[in-house]
Amino acid sequence: MTSSLATVSYIGATILFILSLGGLANPETARRGNLFGIVGMTIAVLATILGPRVTPAGIPWIIGALVVGGTIGLVAAKKVQMTQMPELVALMHSLVGLAACLVGFASYIDTSTVFPTAAEKSIHEVEIYIGILIGAVTFSGSIIAFGKLSGKIGGKPLLLPGRHWLNLAGLLIVIWFGRVFLNAHDIGDGMLPLLIMTVIALLFGVHMVMAIGGADMPVVVSMLNSYSGWAAAATGFMLSNDLLIVVGALVGSSGAILSYIMCRAMNRNFISVIAGGFGTGGGAPAAAAGGAQPAGEVAPIAALETAELLREAKNVIIVPGYGMAVAQAQHTVYEITKFLREKGVNVRFGIHPVAGRMPGHMNVLLAEAKVPYDIVMEMDEINEDFPKTDVTMVIGANDIVNPAAQDDPGSPIAGMPVLEVWKAKTSIVMKRSMASGYAGVDNPLFYKDNNRMLFGDAKKMLDEVLAALRA
Amino acid sequence: MRIGVPKETAPGEKRVATVPDVVEKLVKLGFSVAVQSGAGDAANFADDTYRAAGAEVLPTAAELWATSDIVFKVRAPSPEEVALMREGGTLISFIWPAQNPELMQQLAQRTATVLAIDSLPRQLSRAQKMDALTSMAGISGYRAVIEAANAFGRFFNGQITAAGKIPPAKVFIAGAGVAGLAAIGTAANLGAIVRANDTRAEVADQVVSLGGEFVKVDYEEEGSGGGGYAKVMSEGFQQAQREMYAQQAKDADIIITTALIPGKPAPKLITAEMVRSMKPGSVIVDMAGEQGGNCELTVPGEAVVRHGVTIIGYTDLVSRLAKQSSTLYSTNLLRVTEELCKTKDGVIDVNMDDDAIRGLTVIKEGNVTWPPPPLKLPAPPPAKPAAAAAPAAKKGHGHGAGEPMSAKSLAIVFGVGAVLFLLVGLYAPASFLSHFTVFVLACFVGYMVVWNVTPSLHTPLMSVTNAISSIIAIGALVQVAPPLTDAGADRPNVLILGLAVVALALTAVNMFGGFAVTRRMLAMFRK
Repeated sequence: MTSSLATVSYIGATILFILSLGGLANPETARRGNLFGIVGMTIAVLATILGPRVTPAGIPWIIGALVVGGTIGLVAAKKVQMTQMPELVALMHSLVGLAACLVGFASYIDTSTVFPTAAEKSIHEVEIYIGILIGAVTFSGSIIAFGKLSGKIGGKPLLLPGRHWLNLAGLLIVIWFGRVFLNAHDIGDGMLPLLIMTVIALLFGVHMVMAIGGADMPVVVSMLNSYSGWAAAATGFMLSNDLLIVVGALVGSSGAILSYIMCRAMNRNFISVIAGGFGTGGGAPAAAAGGAQPAGEVAPIAALETAELLREAKNVIIVPGYGMAVAQAQHTVYEITKFLREKGVNVRFGIHPVAGRMPGHMNVLLAEAKVPYDIVMEMDEINEDFPKTDVTMVIGANDIVNPAAQDDPGSPIAGMPVLEVWKAKTSIVMKRSMASGYAGVDNPLFYKDNNRMLFGDAKKMLDEVLAALRA
Repeated sequence: MRIGVPKETAPGEKRVATVPDVVEKLVKLGFSVAVQSGAGDAANFADDTYRAAGAEVLPTAAELWATSDIVFKVRAPSPEEVALMREGGTLISFIWPAQNPELMQQLAQRTATVLAIDSLPRQLSRAQKMDALTSMAGISGYRAVIEAANAFGRFFNGQITAAGKIPPAKVFIAGAGVAGLAAIGTAANLGAIVRANDTRAEVADQVVSLGGEFVKVDYEEEGSGGGGYAKVMSEGFQQAQREMYAQQAKDADIIITTALIPGKPAPKLITAEMVRSMKPGSVIVDMAGEQGGNCELTVPGEAVVRHGVTIIGYTDLVSRLAKQSSTLYSTNLLRVTEELCKTKDGVIDVNMDDDAIRGLTVIKEGNVTWPPPPLKLPAPPPAKPAAAAAPAAKKGHGHGAGEPMSAKSLAIVFGVGAVLFLLVGLYAPASFLSHFTVFVLACFVGYMVVWNVTPSLHTPLMSVTNAISSIIAIGALVQVAPPLTDAGADRPNVLILGLAVVALALTAVNMFGGFAVTRRMLAMFRK
């Protein structure tokens, strides 16, 4: 295959990738979008292998690596449970980051590239430096995010004293070694600053994600997604490959936009989320709430009465949260939904943009349980309907249904848009205990007159509700 | 404390103030319960079921009244019953203090504490669970339709059968209060075409929600009189209303009237003339019989036939559904008891600082406390703070573009961008610039494309972008075995090959895994 033919194939692949992302805009075209992505990737890989940059000597190695990696990937994709999706995605981001690092190092020690001018050589080296930097941050950050999401590392943010200064010092060291690296005369001299920078970047990635609270995990996951894109783009500059640049930029900007959307959903400043330390659950937020502690009694309810309420309702809205994912309760939720819908009850779902641990987490779980997507509503679509609703079931969610966000300007979550479940005739909150949510804020909803608490594991309680409904 | 439930003495009253299920719950609250023998017979609750629920069954009313600290009744007590009542006892029942001043006097003389379930401040939302007027009105509305169906010689629902076409019955309901709404729902469920009218325009939505059609009076005036009741309307309005009723009477097969104005005789909505204009075999159920009736020809308490139209003026509609109404009424009383006994230790505390209890209590230890001071209703919630209003403004599919950026921040962004581009233009070589162009344009394409993705697909989007970011494999591929020139003679081939192959394997995990898992996820999204 000639060089021109390879370039044309790359253009084709680029178009397919753009169509792929565009196709994800709605559920009907999403499957086709994914298919476009697969075709685009196949074209890109084949064009490269058959193109002028790869000699036949490398083909066995390539096939070997693709088969080994591909098998692992396919098995993982088949085995993973939908509730573990955030972990899987985080882990995959780390692979991209690591690959970017490795390619960067390989590119640096490659002496076969010739540069006509010194400026171009410098630029190439800057590209390598930045590519490895982003790759390393993505790698270690994603590993920590994976640990947090899978519960291997605690969800609480780790706040080192003077963490902003630490980060700043790290940045300065990285810049200084960057100068050293650019002034290095041969590869041996340059290797040391490059390695030091890599270590600092790895530490920075760890530190950055450790400092972010569990409630902000959706932002982190999408941010890392963005980083993995930028890493690919940097690699593209490094190798003068437009396809890598375009795709990297696509992925990078899409991740950045998702992070921004998540932040807006929580009414939070993007910078402050990255700087970390929100979901402390410690003393600070509680003290900030001050005299506004909700007062009143909590009214518990049993599964049997819940079933009665549901059976007699005409309009029901279910608001799922992370607790539903933890308890793996989505299938039972759908059984209940199906039962009620057959009885003519209008059951819908209200999804808060940051419910769960990654963007769209709840939608995926509900889709797995075969809940039809046209009864799954976004917050803006359904918030007006709460006053006309007989029963709202909140399953393992807390902060996203907290009226304090609207009523109490002193609350740490003040101004965050929330689902107004308390406007329904009756709301039932399913929770394991009275513990506060990730934001560490007490929830006045629990004390409202029209609210009932159904304590217990979501799956177990919902099974009981279902049994009671069928009885 | 001991709760006593006597047998109702009013003629024709079949209800009982407490049913066995509620006895159990009262016992759980710490009370002991006594029931007069035969109290529940008319409502199909036998003495034995009360015993099984934990109540003591006493043979006579005298014994019951004498031994009970608290008495639950349905109807207001007769003078004889008041005489039986123990000094300083508590009574919870319907009282209608405005209509029964003598009864109030007698009760006060017994230094009784009396809670009149009809005096509940219904505006309080937390009082709804205690609102017996509403639960009873709902039952009577249901029963009114059943009585009408009984007297009506046809089906309610339209059918097309082998024996011919049957048109659906047309039901007109005057007054869409609780009783009216219950009647609308019941008649609509039976398959009739239901129309309804009320002077309060705000109930139109409720009528429609139950399957009825709201008929407007062709005259502008608002008739909401506070406390959920209607008020007396102006002459002009009444004229327009009469014309509308006359028209409906000609068309409808069944008319159910529920119009009541507190403290006044029921308005005469249906004139003799209108009755005459109705089709023979039609039915009128006049639920306002006790207050004189909404129809001129109503005989309170009886069903009569006038001009071929059956006019039902029963005043005991609720009692005709004694089991249901007893169950609901006793649950209302249970809720009142729960409010009175928050400690759950079987001792009641009539807390006059509680708005709901203050309203209910018409006599406290012999002192008449009726009428209660006007209720301090909470001020309507203040206009939402800007923070809550702002997200509401951002509507529409996806995330929209939100508000356009302010001119100042736009200028800053442009300024910073211009400086950056200037720097790049000054120092970067041409080959870099072409890549840079591609990069910047791609960022914009990504921005435009992703902005429209629906939130429900965010997870698949992330996993597909993740899969796509394994395009970095290309970087590894070109390093595996590039065609070498002389310049690269000292290239560490093995090391680079190793790094590139590992990188390739890692991205392959991502590539295959990412697309496969996205596929799996998307396959689950279905309509």
